[in-house]
This record gives sequence, C-alpha cells and structure tokens, in this order.
Amino acid sequence: MGSDRSRLGFYLLLAPILLWLVVLIILPHIGLFLVSISEKIGPREYETGFDNYAAFFTEPLYWRTFARTAIMSIMATALTLILGFPIAYYIAKLTRGRTKTTLFLMCMIPFWVSELVRTFGWMILLRETGVISNVLQYLGLVNGPVEMLYNDAAIMVGLVYTSILFMVVPLVTTLDSLDDSLIEAGYDLGGTSTSIMREIVIPHAMPGIVSGCIVVFMLSLGNYLTPILLGGKDSLWFTGMIYTQFITRFNWELGSAFGFLLLALSSLVVFLGLKFSGQSLSETMGRP
Amino acid sequence: MKYSLVSSFVVASLFTAHTAQAETLRLLTWGGYAPEEVIAKFEAETGHTVEVTTSNNEEMIAKLRATNGGGFDLAQPSQDRITSAQEEFGIYKPIDMSRVNADLFIPSMLSATAGNTTFDGDVYGLPHVWGTSGLVVNTAMAGDVQDYTDLCDASVAGKVSYRLKRPTLIGFAYSMGLDPFAAYGDADAYQGILDQVEAKLTECKPNVKTYWGGGDEIKNLLRSGEVVASMAWDTGGWQLNADNPDITFVAPEAGALGWIDTFVLPARGRADDAAYDWINFVMQPEIAAMITNTAGNFTAAVDGDAGVSADLKARYQGSFDQDAIDNIKWYPPVPAGLEALEGATLDRINAAN
Repeated sequence: MGSDRSRLGFYLLLAPILLWLVVLIILPHIGLFLVSISEKIGPREYETGFDNYAAFFTEPLYWRTFARTAIMSIMATALTLILGFPIAYYIAKLTRGRTKTTLFLMCMIPFWVSELVRTFGWMILLRETGVISNVLQYLGLVNGPVEMLYNDAAIMVGLVYTSILFMVVPLVTTLDSLDDSLIEAGYDLGGTSTSIMREIVIPHAMPGIVSGCIVVFMLSLGNYLTPILLGGKDSLWFTGMIYTQFITRFNWELGSAFGFLLLALSSLVVFLGLKFSGQSLSETMGRP
Repeated sequence: MKYSLVSSFVVASLFTAHTAQAETLRLLTWGGYAPEEVIAKFEAETGHTVEVTTSNNEEMIAKLRATNGGGFDLAQPSQDRITSAQEEFGIYKPIDMSRVNADLFIPSMLSATAGNTTFDGDVYGLPHVWGTSGLVVNTAMAGDVQDYTDLCDASVAGKVSYRLKRPTLIGFAYSMGLDPFAAYGDADAYQGILDQVEAKLTECKPNVKTYWGGGDEIKNLLRSGEVVASMAWDTGGWQLNADNPDITFVAPEAGALGWIDTFVLPARGRADDAAYDWINFVMQPEIAAMITNTAGNFTAAVDGDAGVSADLKARYQGSFDQDAIDNIKWYPPVPAGLEALEGATLDRINAAN
C-alpha cells in the first residue's frame, strides 16, 4: 500500500518532464521525420522515399553550406574558449567577495537584453557609418569610411559575443571547486606556471571546458539571427537554409530533411568531442 | 450625391452591426494596411474587434499552410501567389461575390484580379492595394542608374542593394531584354532565362553591399548613404523622398513590376461575416484614402485617390509619367512548381563568391 502510494507520487512527479519530452520534443520530431521522407511528385501528391536526403548529397551547395556552418561553429567554440578561460580563471581564482560577484554580474548584464538587440548593437558599431568607422576617421587612422559588417569576421565576433557567457559560467564553477592548496603544492614542488596550468588546472577544469564547449557549439550551430544579420550577402548558414526551404520555397520536405541532418551533425560533433577529450556526457553534464 | 451614398452605407453597416453577431476578425496583412484609426472606426461602426498580424507573401502562405488555412479570417497575399498556393495546399475558400459591394471596386481591377485568382472555376481574390517595385536611387550620387542592370555598373560598386527574391530575378530578366512572364508556362524556357539571370547576378555580386530583407533595413541603408541605388518598392522611395529630396523612386526603363495585394478568405476562417464587413468597410473612398496615406500605395477603391495627400500624389506623378505607367509589368499568376526553380537559382547566387 505504502509502496503503491510512493510509486504514484513518483509517476506524478515524472509526468511534467515526460509530457514535455513527448509532446514538445518526441512527437514533433516524428512528424518532422515523416515530412522529411515524403517526396513531392506533383501538387498535393506525395510518395515515401529518401529523395530529400539524396538531394542534400547530390547538390554541392547544400553540403558545402553544411560544412561551412560546422567549421565556423567549431572555430567560434575554440575562440570562445580561448577568450573565456582567462576571464573565468581571473574571476574564480584571483578575486574574492564583492569584486568576484561584480565581475560575474558584468559578464551577465549583456544577456539581460535579447539576442536581437545585442546583434543590432554590433551592427551599429561595425557598419560603414557606424561608431568604430567614425572613431577611426576622427583619429585620422583611415581616410574614408570603412565597412566592417557583412563578412565572416563579423559573424565570428557576433557568435563569440553571443555565447561567451555559456563558456564562462561552467568554467567558473569548475575552477571554483579547485582547492587553492593544490596550486600552492604545485609551486612548492617546483612547478612552473605553465606546468601547473597543464598538470593541475586544466585537467581539473576539463568537465567545465567540455560542457561549455558543447553548449557554445550547439548555440553557434543553431544560431540564425547573428549570421544572417551580421553576415549580409555572405551569410550562408545552415539554419538560414532551413528557414528558406520552409518559408520562401514552401519546400517543407527538404527543410525537414535538413533539420534532421543538422541534428545528426551536432550529435556527431559532440560525440567526437567527448571521445577525443576522454570525457563522458554524464560526467560533464551531471556535475554541478 | 456622394455624401448621401456614403451616409446610407454607414447607416446600412450600422444596421447590420445590430443584427449580425459581433465577431473577432483575425487579419493577416502587410504593415500599413490596417491603420489604428481605421480599425477604431470599424470597431465602433460594426461592433467587431480586429486583431492584426503583419507579414509578407511567403510567410502568409507558410502560416496558413501550417494550419491548413486556420488561425486567420482574412489574409492579403499578392494576386499572383493565390492560385498556386490554392492548388498545392488548398488553404483558401472562394469569395461569395453576393456579399461584396462590387460598386466600391474599380471595375477593371476587380475583373482582372478575379481572372488571375480563379482556380477550378471559383474566384478566390478581391483587389485591395496596388503598387510597383523598381529602383530607389539617390539621384545626387547615382543619377545614372536608370535600369535594373545599371546596379551592376562600376560607378556604384559596393553601394548597391537588392533582395535575393523573385522580383530581382524578374526585373533583371526584363532589363536584359528577356521576357520571363511569357515563359511562365514553359519550364525549360524559364530555366533558360533563370540561367542567364543567374550568371548576371553572380557577376554583379561584388557590387552589392548586402542583400536586404525588410523594408526598414533598406530605408535605413539608403538614408545613411551607405547604399545609393537599390531595388525597392515605390512607397519606400517616396517615404525617403519626404526626408531627403535627392532620394526617390525611379521607374526602370525595362518597366516597373506591378503587384496587387488582395483579400482572400483562409479555408478554415471562422469570422466570415466580419471579413466581408471589413472588405466593404475599407473599400469606401474615404477609408481607402486613409489607408493610402499610411501605406503609401493606392487602392482599388473607386474615388479612393480623392482624399490622398497632395504630397503623395506629386511624388507618384514625379516617378510615373504615362509611358512608365503603360510599361508596368503586372505579375501574372505564378504556376505551381516555378518557385522551386527560382529557389535553386537564388540559392546558387547566394553561395557564389
């Protein structure tokens, strides 16, 4: 009787997450998959097959965009890590008390406004009649207006800026949990700064690094606004292609197939990343 | 005479408001087509309430397709995009002409739109707002730009913008001496035209600053001087002309591209009464003039231009002489499947270096 009741409680508590998973994630994906395997042969005529997936592999444009998106996302992730690690290390190890809270808060404040507003902010800075261009002209460093928008570098800046918080937070948490006495012991035993970083700090921070990288990679790969707005005429991005297939081409079948390919790609890259770094998903994501 | 006609109409609509059930009209339209003041007047006269969602042609079709024609009671896609969407997705229902006050419409436009939106013997569209797209040029800095292909000229390198959408393909094709509308029915011939336009637009790509997406984006680029010549809608050019007299709409030598936005009833709309009331309401001359003054484009309403501001009329006449009006290329209905060809072409242009 008692165990029945506790079991009921267990299922009741489980219900919201199950509903969430089934209704909002699993069912739409089944629907999307069914759409992706229907081929259009005429108005309102469809048959089942894998032509949409075949179209992806036969049209170089599609898989080139796909590869470009993946490579640029990986580069953005690496850049975010390189920029984020010193920040996180400084916050976690070299500051105390109120300074620490203030610095942490300063990292978060930009994220209180929406991504759209932040991206427009970058457009105001980088455009030809924008802030940076005007300042450079005022200082006499350049002769005419300079256009810094609408290229791959602008996309990269936007992506790093959009996702750096998601790198800093897990890094600060893992670095916080590293006992300072371990670093002191390293110095006592004659270690140099480099060797301590390599032998003690980075191995300890590995779960944080990997979980930060996973999140940043996913965010960059699935980003739509930043590449489209900052990239201009060179803004080929796979999510943009999915949008185009769905909205302007009325080709939901191909769009759904693209969606599944993107899902497969991100899963594959995360899997490879975990393999190479020797981490397991449960360890990186399960640790607070 | 006109006054009495209008007042009797107002009385009639008041009368119907008392007999008919008040409904919520969910209107899917373009920015500017349902100004606040018009909505307030309509709600006061009929008792219906209006919820407006602004969108564009592609999104309207995508939204209605997602719900099989539900979620909205009245939509306003362009007339050339109705029959193909109806054929492919069945998202509209036919117009009941007995419930429309046909006297309010300019007869030639009403019959032309009826012809273009007939599918399986039923009429699906009524004309509302019409306008053109062509070139918006900063005449002080790019006075030589007179045609679509002039955008590829070296004198305006890096200061040009257009959309990566079908009007660009069509405009360039006309400017290159081709006739895309004549090839609508022949997929092979049309592909041949698309291939030539693709080569031209790929070659032209280094000239382009960016492909614009929304009306505000291109206005911003032109106003700041970052872009001096662009393909855009006539209204955009006239609005900019009000701020900066150098910038205006130019009807291209190859012809401006003419569109008519319509009224259509989504297949699963629930408030048909309110939808017909709205149509008959906004087509009254003085309401049509209010819409023209906010949207910047003229309507298919009889005498709808009488109450339009003199400034707007002057700008319209400045951009269009009689030859330019006669040279407008009106979009014929797009056959189903043609957009897939155009889509592939646009994708390749987007990816080209």
